[in-house]
Amino acid sequence: MLWPMATLLTDAGEFEVPQAEVSDDALWLSAREAEEATGWVAKPEGLCKGEHCVPLPPGREREFVRGQRVNAAALWRHLGQPALRSDRGHVWVLAPSARDRSEALRSLQAPDFTLPDASGRPHSLSDYRGKKIFLVTWASW
Amino acid sequence: MWQALYEELAGQNFIVIAVAMDSREGDAVPWIEAAKPTYPTLIDREHLMAELFGVVNVPQAIWIDEAGRIVRPAEAAGAYEGFRKMNRATREMPDEVARLTTDARATYVDAVKDWVRRGPESVHALPAESARAHLPAFTEDMATAQAMFKLGQFLLRHGEKEEGNRWLGEASRRHPDSWCIWRQSAGINDTGLAALPEFWERVDALGEKRYYLPVDMKGMP
Repeated sequence: MLWPMATLLTDAGEFEVPQAEVSDDALWLSAREAEEATGWVAKPEGLCKGEHCVPLPPGREREFVRGQRVNAAALWRHLGQPALRSDRGHVWVLAPSARDRSEALRSLQAPDFTLPDASGRPHSLSDYRGKKIFLVTWASW
Repeated sequence: MWQALYEELAGQNFIVIAVAMDSREGDAVPWIEAAKPTYPTLIDREHLMAELFGVVNVPQAIWIDEAGRIVRPAEAAGAYEGFRKMNRATREMPDEVARLTTDARATYVDAVKDWVRRGPESVHALPAESARAHLPAFTEDMATAQAMFKLGQFLLRHGEKEEGNRWLGEASRRHPDSWCIWRQSAGINDTGLAALPEFWERVDALGEKRYYLPVDMKGMP
């Protein structure tokens, strides 16, 4: 099977990142790939997602940003979030931390999501806003 | 499974959304085609319900009000673990256990109806502080386990069986309380259920611990 340079799985979905460079625990994305797949952008004040900026640790800047490239895996680890790679480094998962999940739930606002039905039609939780929702899981297994 | 409840409450601004936590393409479809529910049934191959709501077993349900606010976090949806006391040779259930199972289901379904009719006035609609106190605890191991699960399922979908299964096993070791991870990854019997001997061994190893965590609702076993 032919792989693009890497496939990146984030909360925002599945992204092919053909310009990525993988070495050991580093996932160097182009600035554009980083922004599209993770929302993070390198700025003079550090790495930023929207209004929220994280200053780079002094003396370690090159672990995170080199020229136009961002090491998304290093950023994830720095933030205490799970960053996993397949053995060959061709698939990566960058996930939110338990702390972020927990804080989101403590607001009691049900996190929105979109999933397909059996015919492939997508449904979002927010499509049903205004009704009482009984969201119930099951499985064939 | 929830069709009767849904029909009874039709017209009361209420919807059931069923989510099948099934990673293998098509596994849930025959069940949906047989039951023909008139409410949406969604397929959650990456177990997003576990990531977002802390679901660890099925059936677990979350109650969400008209404003999108969680009024009951993930909890067992009327399920009682009577199957643990079943005679495994004859598949017979002691009468007492069968009754507890039926009662648990009825109590829970009545609670849903009460909430739909009475909204925040229902004793079953938890006020904010109480709803927060009932939220499942998220640990870093759980977050890592769900990420491993996602990686493993992606690899399996793309034909990389050996490594995919290795990540699933790793995910289950990181988050052993999740029956969703374990059963999704386990072998299945000829009726499609993850109920081979290793399932029963794992259930027996629970000892005094519950298979479905107790639900904080009057009248539930």
